[in-house]
Amino acid sequence: MTTDTPTQTSADAAPATAVASATLRDRLQQLLAFASLIVIAIFFSVASSTFLTYGNIVNVLFSTVVIGLLALGTTFVIITGGIDLSIGTGMALCAVMSGQFIVNWGIPWPVGVLLAVLFGGLLGFVNGFNVAKLGLPPFIATLATMLVAQGLALVVSHSAPIYFNDSPGYLKLSTGNLIPGVNFPSAVIVLIVATAIAGVLISRTILGRYTFAIGSNEEATALSGINVAKWKIVIYTLAGLFTGLAGVMISARLGSAQPATGAGYELQAIAAVVIGGTSLAGGKGSIVGTVIGALIISVLNNGLQLMSIPQEWQNVILGVVILIAVYADMARKRASTT
Amino acid sequence: MTGSLLLELEGISKGFPGVQALTDVRLDLRHGEVLALVGENGAGKSTLMKLLSGIHKADAGHFRLDGAPFTPESPRHAESLGISIIHQEFNLMPDLTAAQNIFIGREPRTGGFFTRDPELNRAAADLLDRLGLPLDPKALVGSLTVAKQQMVEIAKALSHDAKLLVMDEPTAALNDAEVEVLHGLIRRFVSPTTGVIYISHRMDELKAIAQRITVLRDGSYVGTVDTAEASMPEVIAMMVGRTIQTQARPENVRDDRETLLSVRGLATKALLRDVSFDLRRGEILGFAGLMGAGRTEVARALVGADVVTAGTIVLRGQEVSIPNPAKAAELGIGYLSEDRKQLGLMLEQSVQTNIALSSLGDRFSRRGFVDDKAIATRATESVKALGIKTPSIRQEVRNLSGGNQQKVVIAKWLTKDCDVLIFDEPTRGIDVGAKEEIYRLLNDLAAQGKSIIMISSELPEVLRMAHRVLVMSEGRITGELSHAEATQESVMHLATLRTGSDTAFPVPDPTADKAGLA
Repeated sequence: MTTDTPTQTSADAAPATAVASATLRDRLQQLLAFASLIVIAIFFSVASSTFLTYGNIVNVLFSTVVIGLLALGTTFVIITGGIDLSIGTGMALCAVMSGQFIVNWGIPWPVGVLLAVLFGGLLGFVNGFNVAKLGLPPFIATLATMLVAQGLALVVSHSAPIYFNDSPGYLKLSTGNLIPGVNFPSAVIVLIVATAIAGVLISRTILGRYTFAIGSNEEATALSGINVAKWKIVIYTLAGLFTGLAGVMISARLGSAQPATGAGYELQAIAAVVIGGTSLAGGKGSIVGTVIGALIISVLNNGLQLMSIPQEWQNVILGVVILIAVYADMARKRASTT
Repeated sequence: MTGSLLLELEGISKGFPGVQALTDVRLDLRHGEVLALVGENGAGKSTLMKLLSGIHKADAGHFRLDGAPFTPESPRHAESLGISIIHQEFNLMPDLTAAQNIFIGREPRTGGFFTRDPELNRAAADLLDRLGLPLDPKALVGSLTVAKQQMVEIAKALSHDAKLLVMDEPTAALNDAEVEVLHGLIRRFVSPTTGVIYISHRMDELKAIAQRITVLRDGSYVGTVDTAEASMPEVIAMMVGRTIQTQARPENVRDDRETLLSVRGLATKALLRDVSFDLRRGEILGFAGLMGAGRTEVARALVGADVVTAGTIVLRGQEVSIPNPAKAAELGIGYLSEDRKQLGLMLEQSVQTNIALSSLGDRFSRRGFVDDKAIATRATESVKALGIKTPSIRQEVRNLSGGNQQKVVIAKWLTKDCDVLIFDEPTRGIDVGAKEEIYRLLNDLAAQGKSIIMISSELPEVLRMAHRVLVMSEGRITGELSHAEATQESVMHLATLRTGSDTAFPVPDPTADKAGLA
């Protein structure tokens, strides 16, 4: 009787190391997202002769880095059924702290980078503590952190950009080429490595397993003897570490820490996660999906720019894309069950 | 010494702010025994089990396991002692696989952090094999039927090498065939070193599975009887403190009534095939069948909650189209979902708000403003007419007992002036005393000329209430039985008829179900 259930067929189709994210439905979502990415790319290839050049593809990847890093971290949080609104301004604060460490305090830049990333982890820890220990709703807890970070970034920097002119090594983190003479910026390599780490964390570790478990049924997870509060703090802290890294990468790219930027990035990151098929209700999602979601956003921004469509319209189009992506997902789920 | 006892509880008391949940309760379980623990809702069974599993701490009393005193500290601690509890509400993660659920928190790991899934799946497959459970370890739990989810729970509990297994209403959502599978498992689990505490509302099962029955009432110990010697009315009398008639027959059975609703060739994409039936005025029409047979789907298709691919519906002699539940309500067809907490009630709202909800637009509004006075009047009438036990019509529904919540749902649909009422598992999670009241209410409604479709997994309930019984299997109606023809055997025969034995077993998606009836 069980051998021919549809469920089993889909589970059997998965590799031996099947993870919760690798079910047929999630794969379809990724496929759908991936197919959309391809369609959009083909459209722009036709519409603009420069789109499909090596230089422009690198450009697209390069512009995906910051949103991608933020989205990777927040994927974990969203899979638990939470949300993190503080990653945008948190990123700006981490950039400012990086400037504080390296430029103002003269700490060697590799150490400064590490400290800035850890500072992001601290912000995430505070979020996790407020959510898991104080029981604040994630929306409220991270909204508060978002405002605090926004304010602190201005306070620490005295509302002025901090320039990294004397740290060429720091700037190379973003724009430097690992292989001399080949145009492939380090920032893209950072994103690839971060993606690989996130992918392993989510599919091959107990951290990933409990992320899905908590989002799937938090009470049942707790009753199964798992310290939900501890793991939530770990997950928010992880998101914070990605925020810190994003702060480093954006300031390295700009050559300066801009205290007033950051707001709005959290929504773009959440959009990338959602387009990638991660459910805001928790329990479902994937890293691959998030990366594709982030790429869709970059490709859209890039392609629309190439087509000389005004900046103002890009957000309008992005909003419509989110609606279509999420509606298509829901429509397919409905069609498969009735 | 009490060496012959597996578990001994003595003088257990527990109070919560405002209520004394348990007073001086005792219970003993012998080795190799299945002990039934019964009592009405609120009698304290679940609280007692929460003390045993360490979720709550007892105010007073002694626990002894194999003669050794212990104090349960936490679910983990209880598990380490060999006590496994399957709670009434499933404690499963629907987005994880069966194997991941079974070994959650105890995954095979490398370096304490990296999971080894092939090993995990192998261990789960071994365990399921040993238990004889037909489950795929890699199947997502959320895609499994309720019965299979139950199996995952049991496998999870038994994977701890439990010597004491506590099951809190394990069969509340199972049909009779599935209950048999469960009982087989329990019998295989019980050995001279193990034991089972079995909490149930289904009195007919106790004879089949339990050696002794311990009864609680209002948080106190009433007594323990040997199942072989006790009669069920006797046990029920101990539970409720009074005698209840359990062997009733359907009332007012008549064949000459006019047909109110006529369904022909109803089909849905996923499951239903050629479903045809008539519903007469003043009739209680029972729908029986195994879990997944399509009974609930018929109701959902009928009220427009699911998309219908074929079929006609004739209501009061006129063909109607019902694209959504709102249209069904407008036509006077009310669907009382099996999941009343999720789909039938707004738990945080008052009794009167719930009663008025479906009729706000057409009955309780004046020029767009809500007429609170009319609502209060109607709610007061309903509370009286249906005997809803509530301190006030302003009481939040979540504070009412299951039986009274069900009555609020009924009141809502009566207020809407429905004359077709579809009851899906009307007595699920409702205790014995309140069940009787629901039955009486259904009979009264039918006597008043309402037409009732009653979907139930409890066969005795269908046999007792229904004027006619339709039996479903695999999305089709496999037979119609008059109340005189309907017996456990005849219904089960029809319910297990297979139309095409190699058709895929349907997998309903619970989340999609909810979305449809929002």
